Amino acid sequence: MLNYSLKRLASAIPTLLLLITAAFFLIRIAPGGPFDSEKALPPDILANLEARYHLDDPLVLQYLRYLGDIARLDFGPSFHYRDWTVNDLVAQGAPVSFLLGGLALVIALSGGVLIGAWAALRQNRVADHVSMAIAMIGISIPNFVIAPLMILVFAITLGWLPAGGWDGSFARMILPAIALALPMLAYVARITRGSMIEVLHSSFIRTARAKGLPEREVILRHALKPALLPVISYLGPAAAGILTGSVVIERIFTIPGIGSHFVQGALNRDYTLVMGVVIFYGVLIIVFNYLVDLIYAWLDPRIRYEQ
Amino acid sequence: MRAAWLLALPLLVGCGPRDPGEGDGKDPANAPRLPEPVAVQLDASGQPLPDVLAQTQLLRRGNSEEPGTLDPHRAEGVPAANILRDLFEGLVTTDPEGRLIPGAAGRWDISRDGLTYTFYLREDGAWSNGEPVTADDFVFSLRRSVDPDTATVHGRMLAPIANADDILAGRAAVETLAVTALNERSVQIRLTAPTPYFLGLLTHAATYPVHRASLERHGSDFVQPGKLVSNGAFELAEWNPRASMRLQRNPHYHAAGRVVIEEVVYYPIEDQNTEFQRFRAGDLDWTDQVPHNQFRWISRNLPAALSVSPWFGSYFYGFNLTRPPFEDNLALRQALTLAIDRDILTGKVTQFGEIPSFWLVPQGLPDYDGPEIEAAAWSQAKREQRARELYNEAGYSEDYPLEVELRYNTSENHRKIAVSMAAMWKQVLGVRTRLINEEFRVFLQNRELKRRTEAFRFGWIGDYQDPYTFLELFRSGHRRNDVGYANPTFDRLLEQIAAERIPARRRNLMREAERMLLADQVVLPVYTYVTKRLVDPLLKGWAPNVMDFHPSAQMFFVKAQSDATNIEAIEDKADDHPDDHPDDPSNAER
Repeated sequence: MLNYSLKRLASAIPTLLLLITAAFFLIRIAPGGPFDSEKALPPDILANLEARYHLDDPLVLQYLRYLGDIARLDFGPSFHYRDWTVNDLVAQGAPVSFLLGGLALVIALSGGVLIGAWAALRQNRVADHVSMAIAMIGISIPNFVIAPLMILVFAITLGWLPAGGWDGSFARMILPAIALALPMLAYVARITRGSMIEVLHSSFIRTARAKGLPEREVILRHALKPALLPVISYLGPAAAGILTGSVVIERIFTIPGIGSHFVQGALNRDYTLVMGVVIFYGVLIIVFNYLVDLIYAWLDPRIRYEQ
Repeated sequence: MRAAWLLALPLLVGCGPRDPGEGDGKDPANAPRLPEPVAVQLDASGQPLPDVLAQTQLLRRGNSEEPGTLDPHRAEGVPAANILRDLFEGLVTTDPEGRLIPGAAGRWDISRDGLTYTFYLREDGAWSNGEPVTADDFVFSLRRSVDPDTATVHGRMLAPIANADDILAGRAAVETLAVTALNERSVQIRLTAPTPYFLGLLTHAATYPVHRASLERHGSDFVQPGKLVSNGAFELAEWNPRASMRLQRNPHYHAAGRVVIEEVVYYPIEDQNTEFQRFRAGDLDWTDQVPHNQFRWISRNLPAALSVSPWFGSYFYGFNLTRPPFEDNLALRQALTLAIDRDILTGKVTQFGEIPSFWLVPQGLPDYDGPEIEAAAWSQAKREQRARELYNEAGYSEDYPLEVELRYNTSENHRKIAVSMAAMWKQVLGVRTRLINEEFRVFLQNRELKRRTEAFRFGWIGDYQDPYTFLELFRSGHRRNDVGYANPTFDRLLEQIAAERIPARRRNLMREAERMLLADQVVLPVYTYVTKRLVDPLLKGWAPNVMDFHPSAQMFFVKAQSDATNIEAIEDKADDHPDDHPDDPSNAER
């Protein structure tokens, strides 16, 4: 087991290096630079700026210097937010995204598993069809439609919750967290239902029932755990995605998370910021996939023994 | 006894009393209720009477984007400029209508040749830490602003100052900048040429003073809350990056007694719909924009809050003059320009109160009128008739139609306009148009390279209130001369304008320059931009102006009518003789 985890960790390094290299050169290929704007800079000033950020060096040299910097965990200054370094910006945005994403994750998981399991137990009955139809709608209607609708209903018409903004208060988190959670909740519900139905038909459940175990125990102790396996494997990348924020939700609710840095950073050609968030996201995905593997092994003894 | 006037300030466009018959078409369930303000009363010095003022003076402004930096010399863009205008004060500042008024300098002299400006700083001018604002502060700051090491985008704004060009280009030391401190409170600035708009330049953030000691102590961190020392009406209290920025009244500001607003909070809200929802939810008193798709609903249901007014910006298309089909083909450029129905574009497509335009320089400037354009007075049918003749003259016909590329940067509004223009060209002339949209920076680069572009979207917001800021774009070799116009006569004309100091003559020269550009049809004018925003009707002390400068220092909230007992009562009180107040300390002394 230990051997396996170490090997997995070691394989993460070339993956990251590949990611960094690809991202570094891709963003440079995009036409335009960080200092281009409609009000063009005088050439001397531009040269000055580029020299300051070493943008006038050969690309390979810049690349090597960048690798050296990030080895020391220095992600450099942001080109656009000139008062901040990339480390500052990620440190400001990540806690916000984590908090919101964590809340959304809890909502999505608890809601999704509950609805999915419930639908599975009532397979092909009205409740099943209704909840799965709703889940399908949840998956197909994009965030940017649901979120403004929620604001209109809960903030403007009913006046129950704030329309957006961020000050760390719970009230301002509710709407964005739900909006962020909904598509994932719908997904989890569908996955749970599917695997639950499969598990409920398997022989060990029949055995459990035959032994005369109470239905509650059959479901909670024996059926739910294996039924969650596909959910867990979906959860790895999905959790990394939800925790790094969503540019759509952040825009609509004006939340200072790191999600919008991906898009705004790229549009501003803020090279260092884009690299910073890409690496951050990459590390997060690797970590989560790793965690998922561990949870998997814990949930499913077969995986443990095969190792 | 104070004199009290009842003033009906025409501050808001469309802010008249609500017509009860206007309710038609309103959605009663959704129609938001806005508070109605009490009438504004000012005292002799123009200050609002305390009786009409609301209890809380907290101003919450939507501000589109998080500024890249609060360093006034390095900051770029309108959102940063809005905040900096509250934090800092240049030598000159503006009143609510956008007119120049004394700022950090209480008065100034201009020499007869128009080359030497002497500014006399206010005796009570102070930094937010209480230290006096001195002439040395301005010398230091203006030098920093043109210093190539500061690497500022706006340093070129200061080019009219003698030696600034050489310093910006690194050919001269910053100490040679022709800004000198005559004594502790007087600054003298020498210019290379009389620049009638120079005072206007001094309202720009690139000319604001920065506090030398804190800059030297904290380096680039000097803009952080707790470290930023500024000389404006407000000081920075709190900055939650990308969430909010809180400013509070600066007690050391020379006119602190006249500033009514106690706190200003700026919210960077990029999404216009979000901003609108937050305004409706009562989270904002002032928005930066109005969402396009809601404009009609807003003008019906929130007329008292909506303000639409001309802005100092032009929306136009450029022709690449260095490549076919537009190279050396004036008739074609004219034909395409005439075939566009601007009234339909602004009235039916954008529907936002934009002003259809045949000129490059925006309309609505107080002291400039564009040259006469014959076609402006024609009917659209006549324009189209003429367009067809010119189109044939240019060598195209229905059997041999023009194939042209129309390029714009990705945006819903630009797309709508490009699609409509293509349709108009097709309908009137039979032109086949390919629409190409590009991400902004890709678009800018292609425009500058001029290797790929044919007709492309162009737009310009003036840097300072003078037509020259539009005309100079077409100087040969100007970096934003994306049409590739190179006309020695025009360049000479620009030089003449720069050297001319008699306003009437200068105006005529500028009109001639604009006429030349339009006669050569280097651009296809579409409309003059408008600013549009929602403002709490209780907020007064501001007015629409072409530069869209709105310092919070002059604003104030008045009571809602429902809160005030009634206006007569307030008037009675204001007219009361002090003797009637036995507890008034001034009476006790008698």
